[in-house]
Amino acid sequence: MKRTGKWILEILLFVFALAFLSPVYIMVVNSFKNRAELYENTLALPSSLSFQYYAKAMEKMNFLTAFGNSLYVTVVSVIIVVILSSMTAWMLVRKDNKVSKAIFLTFVATMLIPFQTLMMPLMQVMDWIRTHLHIPMLNTHEGLIYMNVGFHASMAVFLYHGFIKSVPVALEEAATLDGCSKFGLFWRIVFPMLKTITVTIAILDVISMWNDYLLPSLTLSDKGLRTIPLSTFYFFGEFTIVWNLAMAGLTLAIVPVVIFYFFAQKYIIKGIAAGAVK
Amino acid sequence: MNTKKDIGWYVLFTMPLIFIFTTVVIIPFIIGIGYSFVSWDGIPANPKVFVGFDNYVQLFQDERFLQSAWHTIQFTVLALIVVNLAGLLLALLVTNGLRVSNAARTMFFMPNLIGGLILGYIWQFIFTDAFNSVGEKTGLKSIFFNWLLDPQFALIAMVIVFAWQMAGYTMVIYIAGIQSIPDEMMEAAKVDGANLWHRLTKIVFPLLMPSFTICLFLTLSGAFKIFDVNLSLTKGGPNNATEMFAMNIYNEIFAYSHYGIGQAKAIVFFLIVAVLTLTQVIITKKREVQM
Repeated sequence: MKRTGKWILEILLFVFALAFLSPVYIMVVNSFKNRAELYENTLALPSSLSFQYYAKAMEKMNFLTAFGNSLYVTVVSVIIVVILSSMTAWMLVRKDNKVSKAIFLTFVATMLIPFQTLMMPLMQVMDWIRTHLHIPMLNTHEGLIYMNVGFHASMAVFLYHGFIKSVPVALEEAATLDGCSKFGLFWRIVFPMLKTITVTIAILDVISMWNDYLLPSLTLSDKGLRTIPLSTFYFFGEFTIVWNLAMAGLTLAIVPVVIFYFFAQKYIIKGIAAGAVK
Repeated sequence: MNTKKDIGWYVLFTMPLIFIFTTVVIIPFIIGIGYSFVSWDGIPANPKVFVGFDNYVQLFQDERFLQSAWHTIQFTVLALIVVNLAGLLLALLVTNGLRVSNAARTMFFMPNLIGGLILGYIWQFIFTDAFNSVGEKTGLKSIFFNWLLDPQFALIAMVIVFAWQMAGYTMVIYIAGIQSIPDEMMEAAKVDGANLWHRLTKIVFPLLMPSFTICLFLTLSGAFKIFDVNLSLTKGGPNNATEMFAMNIYNEIFAYSHYGIGQAKAIVFFLIVAVLTLTQVIITKKREVQM
């Protein structure tokens, strides 16, 4: 009796989880339906699997280019954030003086500033750099990467700082006596010990940069530079919405995320929990 | 030990990030305060006229801004309740040792990875055409109609989408909290005859206070600053009835080219966010139970 009860609970929970994802189901099934079929019954399975809307959406969204752009911007930004923040945080922890404390506090305090407070003056600063120093900060991927690094620095320094404090200094001292330079010491001894927190930071930043719309929309204006959220936005703005085509486009947009999730879900869920608790 | 060489290493390690951070965050923040005291349309050739506190006075007479503030408060309060109840419920569901728990947890968390912009578009279809078609099929037109055309329902629609995205996130944090409660404590309570309700309210919830702090902080600041979902789900409509704080600021600056007033709003926005989140953290920290 107790065992059947447990089985019923198992099935109920699973059905509930499936129902929770029903919006995804609605999106996918309607991406295969023609107009008449879509309006006849939105919830039904499609009568045939035709990928015509996918082909069209891919072309309209310039999907492959957008995917490449998103990948380039996200990967390079995350690598730079990880390298620079870990180095900075390590120095701030190991040289524990007033300067370090002040720098660390500044990083932490700015985490409260919403993006909307910075967006307009930031564009003015970048425009000033472009016109006076002739460095192309706007309308380039590299400019966007630069700004991504700036915005994600606080959080990364904060997390690294907390983690490094719990790493014993003894090992580093031994390496210093062996004549290791600071640079070699950091990359050969310290950085490998930061693996768990690095994974957490990388995952948090990948998710937020990959999905970011507002910052890229302000900095990138060329069609060929658009990231996935940007091309999705323009795809929806271009015409009165044809839903089957739109659903195909949205499905395409989340496929990379789902694949990433499938392979890294263990790390993602752990990383999220670790990042939030700090 | 503070040799010149040490200082050199210090600068080499910290300067690159501090430089980037200063140009992207610190300088814009400071000159942003300056911009809030001028009248300017954003065109570089046009003059920036100093107007003192005029922008700040004006924004408190701006009906639409005050409306957006009210929408944001309504939205945030509803979102805080719904997201945390849902997250806690999901966490309790997947921590009672069922075999499908892991799969269920993975599924509950998935919406969180999809960006707000794309989520908003998916749900736009559901709240408009899918709801219409279900309403016509079932005759339940009082529930299933185009929610985004009704001011009240459009706001609730935003809460639902936000909750769908955030419930899995708070769930992960609540799970970590629940798993840190020692089994012996629960067993002892069971032996002493405490029922499920008592075990939840007398043991689980008090010990979950640290998780509550984190989740409330995350939902509060996330809900208050919402922009992407707002843009793709309702665009602030119908008739600006769901225009939130962040979108109002964005429109003031980039749609109406009122750079000065827009930046003054942005500064006020920052002050509110800072005060809200700090007070919230202080209050809930005080109530945490030490083990």
